[in-house]
Amino acid sequence: MADFPKGAAVIVIGAGVTGLSAAWWLARSGVDVIVLDKGIIGWEASGRNGGGASHYQSPLFAEEQRLWPQMDDLLGYPTEYVRERIIIQRDQALLDHYLAVGRMCTAIGYRVDPLDAKQAQELVPLTDETCLGGIHLRFGGHANPQRTVQAYAWALQDLGGRIFQHTRALAIETAGGRAVAVLTPRGRIACEALVVAAGPQSGMLLAPLGINFPVTSARAEMIVTEPAPLMAIGGVDGNGLYGRQTLRGNLAFGGGPHEWIAMTPDGPAARPTSPLIRNLARRVAEMFPRAAHLNVIRSWAGVIENTPDGRPIFDRRENITMATMSGVGFGLSPASGHAIRDLVLDGACSFTDLSKLGLGRFADLPDDWREQRGWAA
Amino acid sequence: MVTDVHALNGKLPIADDRYDTVIVGAGAAGITAALAAAQAGDSVLMVDENPVPGGLIGSDVPLFFGGRMTAAVQNAGRMIEQVFASNPALQTAFDAGIDVRLGTAAWGLYRNGPALQTMPEAQLGLADAERAWMVGFDRLVLATGARDLVLGFAGWDAPGVMGAQALHALLVRYDALTSRRVLILGSGALACETALLAKARGLEVAGLVEVLGAVQAPAALARRVAAAGIPVYVGHSVAATRAGIDGIEAAILRSAAGADVAIACDTICLALGTIPATELLEAACIIPGDGITLAGDAAGPAPDMAYVTAWAQALGRLAPADTIVCQCEAVTRADLLDVQPPHYLARPSAMAARSLATLIADGPAHPDQIKRLTRAGMGACQGRRCRTQIACLLAESSGVPVSQVPMASFRSPVRPVPLHLLADGQESAAMADGWDVWFGIPTQWTPYADIGTPREAEIVANGGNMHV
Ligand SMILES: Cc1cc2nc3c(=O)[nH]c(=O)nc-3n(C[C@H](O)[C@H](O)[C@H](O)COP(=O)(O)OP(=O)(O)OC[C@H]3O[C@@H](n4cnc5c(N)ncnc54)[C@H](O)[C@@H]3O)c2cc1C
Repeated sequence: MADFPKGAAVIVIGAGVTGLSAAWWLARSGVDVIVLDKGIIGWEASGRNGGGASHYQSPLFAEEQRLWPQMDDLLGYPTEYVRERIIIQRDQALLDHYLAVGRMCTAIGYRVDPLDAKQAQELVPLTDETCLGGIHLRFGGHANPQRTVQAYAWALQDLGGRIFQHTRALAIETAGGRAVAVLTPRGRIACEALVVAAGPQSGMLLAPLGINFPVTSARAEMIVTEPAPLMAIGGVDGNGLYGRQTLRGNLAFGGGPHEWIAMTPDGPAARPTSPLIRNLARRVAEMFPRAAHLNVIRSWAGVIENTPDGRPIFDRRENITMATMSGVGFGLSPASGHAIRDLVLDGACSFTDLSKLGLGRFADLPDDWREQRGWAA
Repeated sequence: MVTDVHALNGKLPIADDRYDTVIVGAGAAGITAALAAAQAGDSVLMVDENPVPGGLIGSDVPLFFGGRMTAAVQNAGRMIEQVFASNPALQTAFDAGIDVRLGTAAWGLYRNGPALQTMPEAQLGLADAERAWMVGFDRLVLATGARDLVLGFAGWDAPGVMGAQALHALLVRYDALTSRRVLILGSGALACETALLAKARGLEVAGLVEVLGAVQAPAALARRVAAAGIPVYVGHSVAATRAGIDGIEAAILRSAAGADVAIACDTICLALGTIPATELLEAACIIPGDGITLAGDAAGPAPDMAYVTAWAQALGRLAPADTIVCQCEAVTRADLLDVQPPHYLARPSAMAARSLATLIADGPAHPDQIKRLTRAGMGACQGRRCRTQIACLLAESSGVPVSQVPMASFRSPVRPVPLHLLADGQESAAMADGWDVWFGIPTQWTPYADIGTPREAEIVANGGNMHV
């Protein structure tokens, strides 16, 4: 492990996709950057998600769409990114709903083609005549979260950025409202600017600074099967599920109820799954009847950061930039890092308007916002 | 109090069945525990995954069967009879009123703890050939035995390389072993007992192999092996194997001095140690207590890792770079040492600067990281055949004892279960009603331009579920 540093121009707290992408963007601009993580890179949500990248609703989406197809080349390491997605349904009401969502996406400039039953069954050979139809997103896609996290980290190191794993930020030292250093069990590191991208822990880190950064945690589960024959488009959702077929052929799917959990600065004490995996198995078997014989070989759970309105937070106070993606952070990560880089170096995002995603919207948020939503652990 | 209709709370059903005591594993320890519980007046369920379905035996789950089973394992009726015949104590358990279910695997254990508070009670997930179901219990005894400790060498992925536990199961429990001439790796008690058993059952034993300079078994046992005329190749390691259409045909042993000797055999049996089969607990992130106990070999001693390390290093020194480590995903030693992505992905030139060594230098590495990058351990056997090898490789590369290296994690289901069997046939109404693709937060999917406009109110009023 490299010698423990005394300081850096920018410290990023959190080596999830958000922090790593931000650090990589900063390093691309020649900034001396250090990333700290309490554990291993991508060990939390960033390495345990569905890999979906189709968040049309986000102001970052256009930039995400521009970047993803280039990411393997830009980073220099494979992300397993594959374009486009399909959503199929076996329930007429759900199909109608998604056809409407498709029309809405098309209207805002992201093309969606409706699929009749025959077209859907042809495009998704693992389904059968129970599939009533679907929509074909001519945008978006999916990638391998674990590979992507590692690709950001290696690309960052290739540009001279440093990552310190197993090094929790214990506190942020300030002077006159500005962050001047981060305290860790291994020592103090001085900084000129700070990025807080610590996922569910961001609120705890910022509270002592008098910044109310509302985020809370929930556990969600996914299952994975042994490989099935590769479908032309692996990003197939539907029947209440999200997920993807990996390039190896495995079907990896999640969806359904989450569990709100208490969070500590150290992260979750465990990440178990529950018998919910049986409900997931049922929905996967229904969606892909021709794969129903496949073995489920694994399941996993991850902890997701959520804000009160389910929307990301991007904000900057003095030299402290803070960001959380509220559960849609993987797909948007190429663009979220770019936005954070802009906020750190230029004070404003260069490529899109983020004004509706600031902390200001929570000025009147009551302390019991979790209880008000039934989100208390 | 406001409740989140999309949260898991109250949605997981109570178990399909309930017993005072549930025992997993109908070996000696399981039966003893079951009889004691029955005597104390408990209602008792005892499940055992044997006979294991032929398909799983072919995938080396739960033991390292190595393809040396006869077609008899495909005949479920014959297998049940055989399991009975080989374990007369099962009849005693039946007679004591114990609900005994053979061919029934426990694939998941669930109990409230940190990060899981929504279980209505502790439950065990079971599956047989027809269905999956959940049982509740006051007391659970995991008498799940031990599994094979597996290390690889050149050609170990050919049919005929197997574990000592598997050999015992195919020979005694199933009477379905095709091997004729066995070479046994190891010279400890397990290796000697395996050799004597094989010989007693009419197999030829080509010999024992020991990388260390002396036989490891207690002297009395070693004398019995010698008396049976079984040679022991001390100070030898496996340099290569010869295999044909039916698998292993010979092992090439190399002495410390570099001299090779070819030993004809159709089976190479790894008898270096066994590992307590505690994957149900590991996947559940729980430790024994609160009514859950381990019994028998599952509670048994961990393998002697110093001995295992000596073997892993001796075999590793002779293993060519293209030696498979993970059979499920065809990951080689070279792939692991270079943390290469699988072959269906491009291997960019930048990867040349990356390796297991750099991963370790970046901070203590975890086998799950290696798994994520190389796919080693991501297959249907859940790393049963490669996790010890990977831990040894990681320890050796990190310069620390293997006891300091974490093992790759197990995940539910700890036995492969087909989607259609695992599927919950009687989902609760609350589960169905509260199901959302994601969190069901209506404001989450509003297109950015619509935030704060009348359009947003419309979208939210429609439920807002527009996850794509
Ligand atoms: C099951 C599941 C499925 C999902 N599916 C999708 C999907 O399909 N598409 C999508 O876009 N998103 C998906 N998500 C959400 C996505 O994974 C997250 O939004 C995203 O990973 C958040 O990234 P992050 O870097 O902001 O946070 P995290 O990944 O949580 O990273 C935060 C990091 O900060 C570190 N940290 C915390 N406190 C400290 C401290 N004090 N000091 C140092 N380090 C600290 C943590 O260890 C962690 O590594 C899913 C999530 C899960 C769990």
